Amino acid sequence: MNYFADVRALTRKDLLLELRARDTLPAMLLFVVAVFVVFHFSLPASSSDLAANGLLWVAIVFTALLGLGRAFVPEREQRVFDGLVLAPSDRSAIWLAKSIATFGFLALAEVVALPVFALFFHGVDGATIAAVVLADVGICAVGTFVGAMAVVTRARDLLLPLLFLPLAIPILIGGVGASVVAAPGRYLAFLGLYDALFALVCWAAFEYVVTE
Amino acid sequence: MIAARKLGKSFGEKRVLRGIDLDVARGGFAVVTGRNGSGKTTLLRICAGLATPSEGELRVDADRGQVGYLGHEPLVYRELTALENLELYGRLYRVPERRERIGMLLERFGLWDVRRERVASYSRGMTQRLALCRVLLHDPALLVLDEPYTALDTQGVELLDAQLDELRGERTFLVSTHEPARIDSFATGRVALA
Repeated sequence: MNYFADVRALTRKDLLLELRARDTLPAMLLFVVAVFVVFHFSLPASSSDLAANGLLWVAIVFTALLGLGRAFVPEREQRVFDGLVLAPSDRSAIWLAKSIATFGFLALAEVVALPVFALFFHGVDGATIAAVVLADVGICAVGTFVGAMAVVTRARDLLLPLLFLPLAIPILIGGVGASVVAAPGRYLAFLGLYDALFALVCWAAFEYVVTE
Repeated sequence: MIAARKLGKSFGEKRVLRGIDLDVARGGFAVVTGRNGSGKTTLLRICAGLATPSEGELRVDADRGQVGYLGHEPLVYRELTALENLELYGRLYRVPERRERIGMLLERFGLWDVRRERVASYSRGMTQRLALCRVLLHDPALLVLDEPYTALDTQGVELLDAQLDELRGERTFLVSTHEPARIDSFATGRVALA
């Protein structure tokens, strides 16, 4: 039970930091809405719904990337990572808490983004919403993991997308697939499997990411 | 408590530490000195468990939760208050009677009146005092202190001196400093890095 108490304390800290600093969620919101506005005016009127679905997923991945890039900034600025790593709690609690907080920010951004998408392009069905939720889990699990790897390097702003985007390709395939086919079950199951597999790997390997 | 043999650390091609032998008995107070870039911080980070040596052997008879580490940075969140920072660390370190312990430390280090203010509004000296509260919060068996007097004013220095005096003999210390004369009376051993 101590493990979950640690995760709760660390998640609460991340939410509190965002509430005070407000430098992640507003940026994500502005970015995703701006992307939809730009594409609304730049895509030809005759473009298909399929193209718009692709756009939705690109916007989600890059919005997530924006949040992931900020995720470990408070720890980096004050080297607080050292303090967290030294604590006797399981180090994977740091990853889990950060993933939960990032998931929260991404989900909040999508609560605004999906209606905006529906307004500018076309309606969003239940399968797409389910795919977005499943994709968010994978994005946050993997993104937080590679974010922790990138944050200790000098080229962190370059390294994060370089590491994250290839790993996010299966999420894009699953997400776009679930959004466009008539029977999305297979794609949703694929996203669920990706989430389970990568969350397990990240949870088990995080210890090695944070030791020098 | 700490035994190191031929300890070395390299970052890529750059060798920061080489052939360090170190013995600190339980209750000992070892002072690490050396010029800038001699590897004091790296040695302390290795002994605290924050870095792994590239070569040699190291034995530290203290679990992760029994180490109190003071680095160059205070390791506290600037956007949280002193109370929130210490609450977080208190939970992670499973400090018994957490609130009482936090209150006692904040009082002792003169931060009680500003406990609900964000650390971002603190002066460098106040932040260092908070960092010392964080280090002492879980009553560690091994204290690894990297330049602990940095940024402290006269009163802060006196508080730290009193704290070190109170704990020496009961706790094990590994302290790096550019001013060894200040803690010479506490020292039971010295390591000079070239």
